[in-house]
Amino acid sequence: MIEESVLQRTLHRALARGGDFAEVFAEDRRSSNATFDDGKVEELRSGRERGAGVRVVRGETTGYAHTADLSESGLGEAAEAAAAAASSGGAGATIVPLTRRPNTPPHDVKVLPEDVEKARKVEMLTRADEAARAVGDSVRQVSVSYADGRRRILVANSDGLLTEDDQVRTRFMVNCVAVGDTGMQTGLEAPGFTVGFEYFDEHAPEETARIAAARALSKLNARPAPSGKVPVVLKRGAGGVLFHEACGHGLEADLVGRDASVFRGRVGEQVASPLVTLVDDGGLAREWGAYAIDDEGAPAQRNVLIRDGVLTDYMWDLVRARKEGRASTGNGRRETYQHLPMVRMTNTFLEAGTEDPDDIIRRTPYGLYCVALGGGQVNTATGDFVFGITEAYMIEDGQITEPVRGAQLIGNGPETLLGVDAVGNDFDTWAGTCGKDGQGVPVSSGQPTLRIRELTVGGTAA
Amino acid sequence: MTRRSEDLLEIARRVASMARAGEQVEAYVLRSRDTDVQVFGGEVESLAVAEVDGVGVRLLLDHRQGYAWAGSLDADVIAETVAEARDNAGFGTRDEALGLAEPSDLAGVTAPDLDLWRDALLAVPAEEKVALALEVEAATRRADPRVRGVESAGYSDGAVEVAVASSLGIEASARRTVCSVASFAMAGEGEETQTGYGFSVGRTFGDLDVAAAGRDAAERSTRLLGARQPASRRLPVVLDPLVTRSFLGLLGSALSGEAMLKGRSMFVGRAGEEVAAANVTLVDDPTLPDAFGAATHDGEGIPTRRVELIVGGRLQGFLHNVYTARRSSTRTTGSAMRGFKSTPSVGARALHLLPGAKSPGEILASVPEALYVQSVSGLHSGTDPVSGDFSVGAEGLIVRDGAFAEPVREVTIASTLQRMLLDVAEVGADLTWLPGGAAGMTLLLSDMTMSGS
Repeated sequence: MIEESVLQRTLHRALARGGDFAEVFAEDRRSSNATFDDGKVEELRSGRERGAGVRVVRGETTGYAHTADLSESGLGEAAEAAAAAASSGGAGATIVPLTRRPNTPPHDVKVLPEDVEKARKVEMLTRADEAARAVGDSVRQVSVSYADGRRRILVANSDGLLTEDDQVRTRFMVNCVAVGDTGMQTGLEAPGFTVGFEYFDEHAPEETARIAAARALSKLNARPAPSGKVPVVLKRGAGGVLFHEACGHGLEADLVGRDASVFRGRVGEQVASPLVTLVDDGGLAREWGAYAIDDEGAPAQRNVLIRDGVLTDYMWDLVRARKEGRASTGNGRRETYQHLPMVRMTNTFLEAGTEDPDDIIRRTPYGLYCVALGGGQVNTATGDFVFGITEAYMIEDGQITEPVRGAQLIGNGPETLLGVDAVGNDFDTWAGTCGKDGQGVPVSSGQPTLRIRELTVGGTAA
Repeated sequence: MTRRSEDLLEIARRVASMARAGEQVEAYVLRSRDTDVQVFGGEVESLAVAEVDGVGVRLLLDHRQGYAWAGSLDADVIAETVAEARDNAGFGTRDEALGLAEPSDLAGVTAPDLDLWRDALLAVPAEEKVALALEVEAATRRADPRVRGVESAGYSDGAVEVAVASSLGIEASARRTVCSVASFAMAGEGEETQTGYGFSVGRTFGDLDVAAAGRDAAERSTRLLGARQPASRRLPVVLDPLVTRSFLGLLGSALSGEAMLKGRSMFVGRAGEEVAAANVTLVDDPTLPDAFGAATHDGEGIPTRRVELIVGGRLQGFLHNVYTARRSSTRTTGSAMRGFKSTPSVGARALHLLPGAKSPGEILASVPEALYVQSVSGLHSGTDPVSGDFSVGAEGLIVRDGAFAEPVREVTIASTLQRMLLDVAEVGADLTWLPGGAAGMTLLLSDMTMSGS
């Protein structure tokens, strides 16, 4: 993307006014989307974006500037703006000559989306539409979208690091509206993976469509959810997002450093049920949050955050790790070259246990069985969280009974971790976009079927 | 960098002129300059300066639409973007309603005269912005000794210029500035932490009230100290102006022509009906200069105007762009929203309720017991715009005998959007323009379910 000598000179300009560390992050991003709604191909959309950001760190202060102009003069202007923002007037750190470091991608992309005929992408949309409508007459509206993105990044820094990555992601989304006696209900399914067009070899559009349609239909027959504290069984994959929000964010070193985490100062302590082992792994092949290197050039790695209920470590980016004299855990990410990196999760999951998922339900006299959660939100300083439930059923006398709708799960992260009292031997993941300080990045979360002793369900039943 | 001085409208015109016979081409061109300062513990954590250029090209051929965008205004990139939009158009389904705005869509409407740009903001040196960010953090700590820290505090500003031009002769350009300070306070001793958000927003530096932002953050965090989960019950609910703003935002989305056409709104088929209490008049008016979403033109170059959505409780109208209007056999309301990366959607810019007569204090005094909702979470996951089901997490205080009593946390409040509108008992007189396309004010809803223990 940029010549080595130009990178070297840009780093020199970045540290010309002082500073401890400088970095050039360049990105070339292309995306394509296709949307289908109400029986029509609405639109195909293509996008491209290319640019670089220069970061200068001096003590506690970071200066940042970016440019869409990747010429030496464009990069130089950005370097000087970043240097001015972090200026000390003193001498800068020594710049180590750049050494190129190769990376191993977690998954070898088999079919680059840009090599696929647009007509083939459109065909996936129509196949999903037909399959969703075939589920039942009450499915009245179907909208389908396809999205792929290719992101090539380069990182060069004053420590001498020079490394690149090529990230390809594909996602398919089906949203259905079903109409019945209780009005209209929606059902959404949107699996995403860090793979190319081979995505459809394992996830046929029909399969995604049927799940979305069935979800809308189940809500059509659902009664309003009850309110109050009940045991909650989360189906495999459905509840990983809860642990992402309620626990993962509190384990990000930047929030811990700001005293904005309930997990601050608790490494080595029992913070969860002994059944809980929580892992973040950016190298997990195919998963939506996977990559070879993070947006600071650190290789993705498997990080055990909680082992058998004991807090083992936080997630780190480069700047916070340097301050502590340790290595980054490969969790420094940014939305685009226009953003500063910060500590972010990748693929965050609870490891599977030993119990048969059916037994967990059988051993629950009364409770809620959650099959799909919507988005959620957490206050990391207090640990309080809230989640929408998009598909759930009552558990009565150890049996799954009626569907319920319109409920939220509300609770506290640390209390929920301690309240996990059964963990199944199955596992699944869920793709989403994680937002933090206005930046969205692709992440996945996962978990086996498990039970939480008690959570507050906020339902609409009178 | 060489294009800095070139007029954005010139670029947009040049793109529009690339239309071939039978094609309609529209260019939306944007340039923004932003500064963001984050501080922590009395030190500057980061100072970032950003400049973004972008172009979005919409191309129609025989009522088929294609779109392409690029984060660059270089001539060769623009040419490639037009070619890509042309290629994409070939795959769209023919739809008679698809097409760019026609000059006739402008008939009878004059764009408001708004001055939303302040040169003064651009002249402020970075050191002063840094000083203001440090000051908002200090003001938060100073406001109350129970504030034990500030999770984040900062200053940000932006200057945005946009231009749109089409091969059908529609043209518009606009520019605006905005700046803000914000602080997120943490209060409490020992195990307990409560957080509160304070901010101030303006068009230029001098508009910002740093002391008020710090005071608000401190007050909103400290008044939650000692919060407990209350017993579940039904009771009246008072929405803080920030929460009302979010609630209005949900209504604005449900009242868009887009949501109506796709059937994703609880207002489908209800035009002319009584949908809210008689004291509810909901208006979107981007011509009001004090609204932060004020704009002379929408994302398709159509002049904005005052749009009445609910009048005296009766559903009066919907927001439309050119496409949704044609599909609904009506005229655009100048409500096209967009960035350069997508085709126009539909949305509100300056949504507000016509204020009532009572002050917030008078509203609190009007009920024996109520839940004052200071903030909500899970708003989007907890709302189903189709069924109207509404269930969100909340924190706030119980109001008793006209005053704040014990704080509460870990509760959800639930109802349906339909019922909430009919349950509006009081609309506060305290209309405040907020970022996010809507104004806030204190709102009293007569009955909601509060789930706690």
